[in-house]
Amino acid sequence: MSQAAAQAADGRPLTYLSNGFTLRSWLTSTDHKRIAILYAVSITAFFFLGGIAIGIVRLELVTPTQDLVSADTYNRLFTLHGIVMVWFFLVPSIPTTFGNFLLPMMIGAKDLAMPRLNLFSWYLYVAGGLFTVYALIAGGVDTGWTFYTPFSTMFSNSHVLAAAMGVFVVGFSSVATGINFIVTTHMMRTRGMTWMRLPLFVWAMYATSFVMVLATPVLSVALLLVMAERWLGVPIFNPTHGGDPLLFQHLFWFYSHPAVYIMILPAMGVVSEIFPCFARRRIFGYQFMVYAMVAIAVIGFFVWGHHMFVSGQSGYANLVFSFLSFVVAVPSAIKVFNWTATLYRGQITFEAPMFYAIGFVGLFTIGGLTGLFLATVPIDIQATDTYFVVAHFHYIMVGGSVSALFAAIHFWWPKMTGRMYPEIWARFAAILMFFGFNFTFFPQFIMGWMGMPRRYGSYPPEFQIYHVLSSAGALVLAAAYLLPLGYLTWAYFRAPRAPRNPWHATGLEWTTPSPPPPLNFDAPPVVNEGPYHYHPAEVGPEARPEGAEDEQRASSA
Amino acid sequence: MTASTASSPPVALHEPWEDLSRQRQAATMGMWIFLLSEMLLFGGLFAAYTVCRSLNPMGFRAGSHEADLVYGTINTVLLITSSLTMTLAVRAAPARLHKVALGFLAATVALGLAFLAVKGMEYHEDLTKSLFPGPGFKLPQQGAEQFFSFYWVMTGLHMLHMTAGVIAVSRLIVVGRRYPEWLETSPAVEATGLYWSLVDVIWMILYVLIYLPGRGG
Ligand SMILES: [Cu+2]
Repeated sequence: MSQAAAQAADGRPLTYLSNGFTLRSWLTSTDHKRIAILYAVSITAFFFLGGIAIGIVRLELVTPTQDLVSADTYNRLFTLHGIVMVWFFLVPSIPTTFGNFLLPMMIGAKDLAMPRLNLFSWYLYVAGGLFTVYALIAGGVDTGWTFYTPFSTMFSNSHVLAAAMGVFVVGFSSVATGINFIVTTHMMRTRGMTWMRLPLFVWAMYATSFVMVLATPVLSVALLLVMAERWLGVPIFNPTHGGDPLLFQHLFWFYSHPAVYIMILPAMGVVSEIFPCFARRRIFGYQFMVYAMVAIAVIGFFVWGHHMFVSGQSGYANLVFSFLSFVVAVPSAIKVFNWTATLYRGQITFEAPMFYAIGFVGLFTIGGLTGLFLATVPIDIQATDTYFVVAHFHYIMVGGSVSALFAAIHFWWPKMTGRMYPEIWARFAAILMFFGFNFTFFPQFIMGWMGMPRRYGSYPPEFQIYHVLSSAGALVLAAAYLLPLGYLTWAYFRAPRAPRNPWHATGLEWTTPSPPPPLNFDAPPVVNEGPYHYHPAEVGPEARPEGAEDEQRASSA
Repeated sequence: MTASTASSPPVALHEPWEDLSRQRQAATMGMWIFLLSEMLLFGGLFAAYTVCRSLNPMGFRAGSHEADLVYGTINTVLLITSSLTMTLAVRAAPARLHKVALGFLAATVALGLAFLAVKGMEYHEDLTKSLFPGPGFKLPQQGAEQFFSFYWVMTGLHMLHMTAGVIAVSRLIVVGRRYPEWLETSPAVEATGLYWSLVDVIWMILYVLIYLPGRGG
């Protein structure tokens, strides 16, 4: 910060970073870029909190006996991991940081449509986080992240109320962000920025926002009913009063399946920006990419029952949900094919964002295909509640979303901070993360298939080899997450300054200085072509020019 | 709001907008999307209610029969009337009829408060009749207690929304009395009106779900 102050005194142009240095200037700022940074700091804190919890879990699982922590503590640790990672890290991760930062810039706007609502959403996030931290300090929750009734409402002796309240409150933060993004995309596109010229990242944010706005309130109401039953003692799910615990599962998964798309659609948006840039090629099938994202967002609302194949719901329901789960895989597959086709005959270079993005496609594909296994009723009955399921959704959420998050961090780092990052270190971290991830989670597919159930701190000794492999992999993965924290901190203060457009990328965000001024653009930009014009039509792509971006090219883009 | 204490009138136009009419459109659109979200919030509740009612039809009938139709009907009339006054206020504001708009806003707040007061009386009566689920609950039928669980949760959540609405309309009055011109241009007027209508519409559904099931003869 003091570094930046000196720059401002140097007579450097005012940027969003040098626009005030007090804590107050950050906590009351309505600048979408500053709010993005507030979110980035908070989700990083929660990421490490959730990471520590699962670190202890993985340590416990090195031996077959329950010896490091008690079974009760073990339950509280994996519950904490789930709640924190899902609601305080993955769901807000890309939308609230990169969405906040980039959405207005990509459409040529000065800010989001409702800047004060945007700041308010961050305070809601913090308030929800405080409830959750309170639940942790008071002794934790042992229901699992799913809060299943009647255990959560009638039997659990842990801090369900505080944790549910935390998730309830943070839900409104999601809704506020979603509303803001939708209105911004409709109302604030600059001249010439038609719907079919929007970068795919903007489309991803738009589709995600609708899922947030429509799915989150159903979770809120499910948790409200749990809180009412637990706190006021009113019987709603209680089977002895005619209630139905499955009702809770339906409400919960009505949100929590679409929540997977809240986590993965933004990731798809990120890699759709990165592949064209580092392959120097237009995105293959732009319109299909748009329709695929919209289709995923819509169909994703009708597949929640695949989480309940063994719950005792009707066999016909199983059949329909199974079919629809297969259907939703089609647009995802279209996207994977289109990314691959974008690379075909491209002039590919392997900067760190590209490594992360390629890792994303591989891991997402494995996660998606194993999802089809689980969408098949007979196979799901075999694999339910095993490590196969755990491995599957971590391939989507961690292999997919988190890889894309790191791709985004490196790709837009020069824009956000005005500094480059050390490329060698970043590539090393990207490769390490890919290996660490597979090392951690691939053994879980194998042991899950062999019958190792999830959520147990002790297990038969024949599974030990897989657990040891997985725990060792987690160590590598932890190193791969800590490494960027180190070199990026260094880069923020010491790395060479970034030009406007270090990657020679298309997109309005690259036409402003790095870091951008408080109101993004000197004058509202005008757009007269579609996105990803890396080469003229009917002409093959050329290699990316060497060296720094020259400024005229950037400002004319 | 600092607006009521500041000496200069509050500005309706905020960054990042350059054009007040577009800003108003954006506020209206944002409110519509928020209402969509609210509909799913209550929609989840209504779905849960429906499932439970289909599991325990007799219990829900017995429960509903105990709900106080008189209070419920009075409140329905109060709320429908308040929606009328609110809409008239929203229409009067841009037409520069400041006094009229303020009058209708005040009527809306009064009707809203009357609703809350009647609801409070109804709650009081319910409690004295042991209609709060728990030990000593009045009705023996399976599901009746569950009906009243939904009754308390749904009307409670609706009351919270009403309270927020009353505060929002009161704020329009406080600022509008000082700076009548602000009422003409502020995006808050129409947005508040939309919100008020939603709270009203949700009550209509609640009225049907709560007071009518046990009465068809
Ligand atoms: Cu699912």
